[in-house]
Amino acid sequence: MTDLSLSNKAIAGNTAPPAEARSLRLPTQWLGVTPFFVFAVMFLILPTLYLMLGAFQNEAGEFTFANIVALFSANIVAAYWISIKVSLASSLIGAFAGLAIAIAIVRGGLPNWIRSATLTFSGVASNFAGVPLAFAFIATLGRLGLVTVLLNTLVGLNLYAHGFNLLSFWGLTITYVYFQIPLMVVIIVPAIDGLKREWGEAAATLGATQAQYWRMVVIPVLWPSFLGTVILLFANAFGAIATAYALTGSSLNIVPILLYAQIRGDVLHNAHLGYAIAFGMIFITGLANIFYIWFRTRSERWLK
Amino acid sequence: MKSGRFWAWFVFLLGAAYFFIPLIATIEFSLRMRRGVYSFDAYKVVLGDSQFQATFMFSVIVAVFTILLGVLIVVPTAYWIRLRLPQLRPIVEFVTLLPLVIPAIVIVFGYIRMYGSNSPLPFLGSNLGANALLVIGYAALALPYMYRAVDTGLRTIDVRTLTEAAQILGAGWGTIIARVILPNVLIAVLSGAFLTFAIVIGEFTMASLLNRPAFGPYLQNLVANRAYEPAALSIIAFIITWGCMSLIQILSRFAPKSANRPN
Repeated sequence: MTDLSLSNKAIAGNTAPPAEARSLRLPTQWLGVTPFFVFAVMFLILPTLYLMLGAFQNEAGEFTFANIVALFSANIVAAYWISIKVSLASSLIGAFAGLAIAIAIVRGGLPNWIRSATLTFSGVASNFAGVPLAFAFIATLGRLGLVTVLLNTLVGLNLYAHGFNLLSFWGLTITYVYFQIPLMVVIIVPAIDGLKREWGEAAATLGATQAQYWRMVVIPVLWPSFLGTVILLFANAFGAIATAYALTGSSLNIVPILLYAQIRGDVLHNAHLGYAIAFGMIFITGLANIFYIWFRTRSERWLK
Repeated sequence: MKSGRFWAWFVFLLGAAYFFIPLIATIEFSLRMRRGVYSFDAYKVVLGDSQFQATFMFSVIVAVFTILLGVLIVVPTAYWIRLRLPQLRPIVEFVTLLPLVIPAIVIVFGYIRMYGSNSPLPFLGSNLGANALLVIGYAALALPYMYRAVDTGLRTIDVRTLTEAAQILGAGWGTIIARVILPNVLIAVLSGAFLTFAIVIGEFTMASLLNRPAFGPYLQNLVANRAYEPAALSIIAFIITWGCMSLIQILSRFAPKSANRPN
């Protein structure tokens, strides 16, 4: 990839046309990417900008911060708070569990077929979200779910009597982890593969113990891609709605469900407050992704 | 080392348990429709339901159009970026990653406000327009995956030489893209297509908010009102996702042989 772009540059440099010729050729050059940019502007950027501008306008179209201020009402803050909590918990649990599984299948000395089977399954499970996933957990940990019933009859442990509820913070988190772990595995396995054997040998030659090798080589190298992926998982959970909606209806008030209800029926009785909620979501996922890009560029230095 | 292997097995089996128990529970539940014995009644009821057939067909057609639109937008762009405008690469890559930053619900909210029946571009004024907008929205959602798949495919072929050879033989741009570039990255395009299919087929948010009779909203409605049928449908959905992913796997095995010819 790098040598291709290098050769492109070299060719462009050698045959650089005079300024006038270039300005004449420019429009046809750009024609090739016009459909893409028209699509992106019309169906990604403008609709988003429209909402973001709407978040700072009142019904009469005048500039105002009132909608943003209104975001801080107790009801909406609670929705953001539970969304952030679920996203954070599911991304952290998913990240650590995914990392453990990735290390186990790459470095654990397990048979080779386990590695490829796990990777295939991760591809499937990371795309298995929404209504089917919600129902799978209802069948497992719902009031009449298999695990709930088995625990009750075999061990005499009644989950629901102990305060567990699938339609709650922990229930949603456990369900989200089902697509978070595989996503982590899919992304982090190449990073672990990128740890060169020579580093381990070099460390051993210099007299490092296994623990020192992990602490001073592996963790610093994996750290940026790990943290970057945590952020990606966070954004992934934060925007998800179908799973939560199928699982809890509207009984658990997370931001995407609040926005869904607002779009459907203006439950907040203020169209521009809906825009402000959308703005808040983009603000949070955007912030997360800026960190992600930053960490990714740092991690790619090591994985070339 | 021995204890290392023990922990590796331990972690793997723990993970396997977490991932397989919900599947087993769902399968078990889906077989319980007839009282006292296991049967495939729930599957029969679901597959025989005319509404299932209608919504599923609708989603399949939408998925096919989404894939066509995605290919139409992504292949020429990725090709042109590699050939002529490498300086635009960061911008295009940033744009293709936007759907990961902007949640689907926000994108569709923007569509509803911008392309409503009173707007200059009233997509939502007609059924056909709303279907088109759904396809467009899905193409936007699938953009990151489609672009990355195609770009990876283009990386393995020598775009410049192929283009020049085709030009010497008198081919125009349309011919070059459709008959030279596309066949060479077909495997990559197909893996992007299957991933798109897996994303689109059960999608709920956009279809529901645009009021389209798609499979996702139908599933959602079924979960709220029935007991055993949703379990059967969840298993069917899982098998479809599995099928798409295994096809990608199988295709990727063919990829280097057919796409990377250094000589």
